[in-house]
Amino acid sequence: MAFRNYILVCGGTACESSRADQIYQNLVQECKDQGVADEVQVIKTGCFGFCEQGPIVKILPEDSFYVKVTPKDAHELIAEHIIKGREVTRLLYDKSESRKHAKVEDIQFYQKQFRIVLRNCGFIDPENIDEYIAREGYEALEKALFEMTGEEIIDELKTAGLRGRGGAGFPTWMKWNFSKQAQNDVKYVVCNADEGDPGAYMDRSTLEGDPHSVLEAMTICGKAIGAQKGFIYIRAEYPLAIHRLEIAMAQAREYGLLGNNILGSGFDFDIEIRLGAGAFVCGEETALLQSIEGRRGMPQPRPPFPAVKGLWGKPTVINNVETWANIPVIITKGGNWFSKIGTPDSRGTKVFALTGKIRNSGLVEVPMGTTLREIVFDIGGGIANDRKFKAVQTGGPSGGVITEADLDTPIDFGSLVRIGSMMGSGGMIVMDEDDCIVDVAKFYLNFTVDESCGKCAPCRIGGRSLCNILEKITAGNGVPEDLETLKSIGRAMKMGSLCALGQTAPNPVLSTMKFFAEEYRAHIEDKLCPSGTCKKLVTYSILADKCTGCTACVRKCPVGAITGEKKQVHVIDQSTCIKCGACLETCKFGAVVVQ
Amino acid sequence: MAKMTLEELRKLRNEKQSALQKRDIEGKDSRIVIGMGTCGIAAGAKVVLDTFLAALDEYKLEDVSVTQTGCMGLCYVEPTIEVMVPGMPNTIYGNVDAQTARKIVEQHIIGKQLVTDHLFDRPAADIIQKDGGR
Repeated sequence: MAFRNYILVCGGTACESSRADQIYQNLVQECKDQGVADEVQVIKTGCFGFCEQGPIVKILPEDSFYVKVTPKDAHELIAEHIIKGREVTRLLYDKSESRKHAKVEDIQFYQKQFRIVLRNCGFIDPENIDEYIAREGYEALEKALFEMTGEEIIDELKTAGLRGRGGAGFPTWMKWNFSKQAQNDVKYVVCNADEGDPGAYMDRSTLEGDPHSVLEAMTICGKAIGAQKGFIYIRAEYPLAIHRLEIAMAQAREYGLLGNNILGSGFDFDIEIRLGAGAFVCGEETALLQSIEGRRGMPQPRPPFPAVKGLWGKPTVINNVETWANIPVIITKGGNWFSKIGTPDSRGTKVFALTGKIRNSGLVEVPMGTTLREIVFDIGGGIANDRKFKAVQTGGPSGGVITEADLDTPIDFGSLVRIGSMMGSGGMIVMDEDDCIVDVAKFYLNFTVDESCGKCAPCRIGGRSLCNILEKITAGNGVPEDLETLKSIGRAMKMGSLCALGQTAPNPVLSTMKFFAEEYRAHIEDKLCPSGTCKKLVTYSILADKCTGCTACVRKCPVGAITGEKKQVHVIDQSTCIKCGACLETCKFGAVVVQ
Repeated sequence: MAKMTLEELRKLRNEKQSALQKRDIEGKDSRIVIGMGTCGIAAGAKVVLDTFLAALDEYKLEDVSVTQTGCMGLCYVEPTIEVMVPGMPNTIYGNVDAQTARKIVEQHIIGKQLVTDHLFDRPAADIIQKDGGR
């Protein structure tokens, strides 16, 4: 019989780590215990994107959106909501009296979003191929196999105007076309799932929530260019995504949607998973191909581009997860439909992982051309703890910062480059006034220095030198000439590095220097860190007129740097102080100040 | 399942599509709300609920969602249900049993005619404004 209620439990990594699996188990058990097991379907689905409020449980058809659910809430959800039909108000996203019934469409977080890539995330059970099929799944493959030629498939992508979502924004149809035209018996299709930018998790969530969309797209590409073998290169630290991919592949093989003679069309295609050890440089396509071949992941000079000479020297189309996930929709709905979304420069949507000092961290998918202000303030809910917005970092370690002045720029590939940043894979880290911009630049530089493969000198030596100078500046030993040196090393790295990792590594430094020159100068000339982040440039002191002599800070100080009798003004001994900030947190009278 | 042909895939999709559409609430304009307080359940609301689901399935009415709510305050005519269909007034029915439920689907939802012998009024006007008073 039909189910009367559907309980969707988020099964993304973020919610799983908050015990979503236990919630799922408990809900299934409670349904049995309370005798409604055959009327209610409990489904573990992909990421809802609203990670800030996880774990998330959605109950249909009432469309009740429960947030921050714990395993012990399962009993109440079944007893109240399912049996008695009363929503469990305390767990609803919007608890206010006037709006007891918070529907998903009422939540601001979802209002400006448009979901193509994440179309099935949070709706279907990713471990059940039937649910994917029911949502127009493998319809694009049917079309591609039986109704379209390779040229027509590529033409459709051309009409759509899809550009690669991995970062560079190269037109996808051109890549495919190069490989199609290359004469060779053996060709390959590769999915780049080596998502490595700090704070980015769009691709992981897509694979976890909708693995079949990628499998379907890769098979379509195989048909278009004449390849019979695909590889998904995914980092081993994404165990859940790998697990779901393996299930999806097994189901697709069983249904004859992968393997020999797919759907009786005579076309053969199969996919293998290759695990990466988590090196950032392996997200670079030529290094990734090296790694698949079993070699050390180091970039190779281009040209020849992989599309012509890639894996084992054969023509290889390599696209990232998000690009793949767009393709079945483009084939089903047509390139024309897709090209109406977004901006002339960049069609379609983009998924961003919104993190940092933002109220609603999460995964958002918006049409290209949405402004940063809409993403940060309308969808993201603004800055957490009522602090002031400082900047957004996009493009990960290859990108730059965007300041208040550029918040109203409609986002697409071109516009982000024009304002000194880049699209990248879609990580978006929001910073507030408490973040030190020099420290942020240093963080990214440290990351790229760690992840540099060491093959070419500009990246290996240049990155280290930049890092050393930033270290010097944040320690209070900077000299004015350092700024010029940073710029000239950065330029050299941009020109001389072999791959995008080295070419873009100086971006976080150069971009922050451009927009926050004042802050760099404060560190160098005044030996001050305006946000109080750089420990060596900070002094803690006690204001004599505010100190009541309560001795709270004296007792709290771990190194005994504060002296003072009861009811007498306390003093911090600067030579002993380790700048841990414990006194600042302890003082109830605002007498401790940091400069 | 063994490997599929194109026809089999299409057949499977059609079968599964309607199952999954029941989960989707978008575009479902009509709604049946069943009063499932203790009084309603005791009077047989559960059977009514099952009947509605079965009947909707039977007639392949995919744009109607069935939800439940607490006691509507008409305990003397339980089980009570409310039916909302676009272009028709929101209607409360009382004394609904399995047979009546089927009649409501056939007459009200499909035929757009009220089932007059089970009509009841709301016990009191709703004091909560639709927009939450804002």
